[in-house]
Amino acid sequence: MRIINRRPSRPTALLLALVPFVATVILYAVASHYRRLDNPSDKLLPSLSRMGDAFGRLAFEPDRRSGDYLLWTDTSDSLIRLGSGVGISVLIALVFGVGIGFIPHIRAALAPYVASISLIPPITILPILFITFGLGEAAKIALIVVGTAPVMTRSTAQAVMEIPTEMIIKAQTLGASVWQMLTRVVLPQILPKLVTAIRLGLVPAWIFLISAEAIASTSGLGYRIFLVRRYLAMDIILPYVAWITLLAYVIDRLLYWFSRRAFRWAYLKGETL
Amino acid sequence: MSAAVQRVTDDAASVPPAQIAVRNVAKRYDGTPILERVNLDVTSGSFCTIVGASGCGKSTFLRMLLSQETPSSGAILLDGKPLPAEPTTERGIVFQRYSVFPHLSVEDNLTLADEFAGSRLTGRLFGTARKIARESQTELLETIGLAAARKRYPDQLSGGMQQRLAIAQALVMKPKILLMDEPFGALDPGIRADMQELLIRIWKETKMTIFMVTHDIHEAFRLGTRMLVFDKVRHDPEHPEAYGATITYDLPLDHKRGEPPPKASELFPVPSGPPK
Repeated sequence: MRIINRRPSRPTALLLALVPFVATVILYAVASHYRRLDNPSDKLLPSLSRMGDAFGRLAFEPDRRSGDYLLWTDTSDSLIRLGSGVGISVLIALVFGVGIGFIPHIRAALAPYVASISLIPPITILPILFITFGLGEAAKIALIVVGTAPVMTRSTAQAVMEIPTEMIIKAQTLGASVWQMLTRVVLPQILPKLVTAIRLGLVPAWIFLISAEAIASTSGLGYRIFLVRRYLAMDIILPYVAWITLLAYVIDRLLYWFSRRAFRWAYLKGETL
Repeated sequence: MSAAVQRVTDDAASVPPAQIAVRNVAKRYDGTPILERVNLDVTSGSFCTIVGASGCGKSTFLRMLLSQETPSSGAILLDGKPLPAEPTTERGIVFQRYSVFPHLSVEDNLTLADEFAGSRLTGRLFGTARKIARESQTELLETIGLAAARKRYPDQLSGGMQQRLAIAQALVMKPKILLMDEPFGALDPGIRADMQELLIRIWKETKMTIFMVTHDIHEAFRLGTRMLVFDKVRHDPEHPEAYGATITYDLPLDHKRGEPPPKASELFPVPSGPPK
């Protein structure tokens, strides 16, 4: 049978999915082993157990200076910033995206503006944000908003415009006002696409979060990585990178799971990622 | 061809007060005429079927009756008054596709109109009010044979079931006029016949006016009380786009039941090859 027509069984699929992960770990372990044969105190590729120890210390032992459990304070600080930033972006995307997509006059007024704004490289705004908002939380959250809101607004507007005209006409023949069309036809139909936009927006959101924390912060996952970089502490950096990746993955899956449960109608046809 | 045009004008003069009156309507897109000199009077309760070669503007005509589009010139009158500038509840619509809301279950698709009317603010009914709205649709659900599928989403229904739902949804507002744009175009022949019977039954019960665009001349002949044929009267071989189409034949069908339908090729140019 042609390979495009052969489908793996569930256990096979799971096994296949694990292969690249396991291979990466093995490759790392081997490389690390040979480097440490030359120099037992090698800092570049620390052993898996050393990384485990370092990560365990940050997770389960209070910091000597502050008494905090650093991994958890870093994680919660970062997630609060990420959540606030993306949350504000979602609100902006909903209000402006739906307006632009649904009401021609708002589209005429704002679509070119949003398109221009979305082309500003957000990181170039960071100094401006630090100058205006100071070095506190507001500047970091604002960077995430600047980086994600315009694109999310555009994809929301696009999703609204992709609703077949027939449905909007139909709603009018059923006596709907503009507000009722928004609440009963437009919003419910774009929500699954909005969740997709959030999932895609989280990728740049993480980048801006880590960047902001690296440049000016006293806590957070990005702050920690860039702090210990000074001591070449790969045994902390690598587990932190893996931890951030895991967080991002879990958030993505949770959003997908939520969307499938809440908007079952949108997932009746075909496979989705 | 000029005889046919003459005939249209004669009919317009002899019919009783019209519910829909189309006066010298033309439609152009970016200067290209699609329709020109369209005149028509339709009395309440008529079942007008609209046929014509593809691209002849029959769907455009229907969209103008719906106020989805406006004529470039001329006027359409509804009960003697100019047609409202946007879609209203007195004109129902069934499209070939995208007629029902994919995010609502079958019964929610049908109660949506009641919910719009019942709550200006949220467009949503709750508790007892919702229960009453749902129960009031039971009879309609049974008429269209979807009572057992009331909790399903449109994407879980077959094409025929979706179109039955679309027709039922359009009937909820009890429109005076029902507009249909190739409603059965995507359906299998067997299901099509069932749907035609359902439609005739509903039309006889409700006594509303129906305009139905179809590319199937047998369907047009079987269902309608009046068949309108759209075609171009004038042709410029060098500039095929130079002239728009108009109503070339306006055939009353009541007394013709039982006779075989005319061949499509006798009424308008049909491209060679198997019919769609």
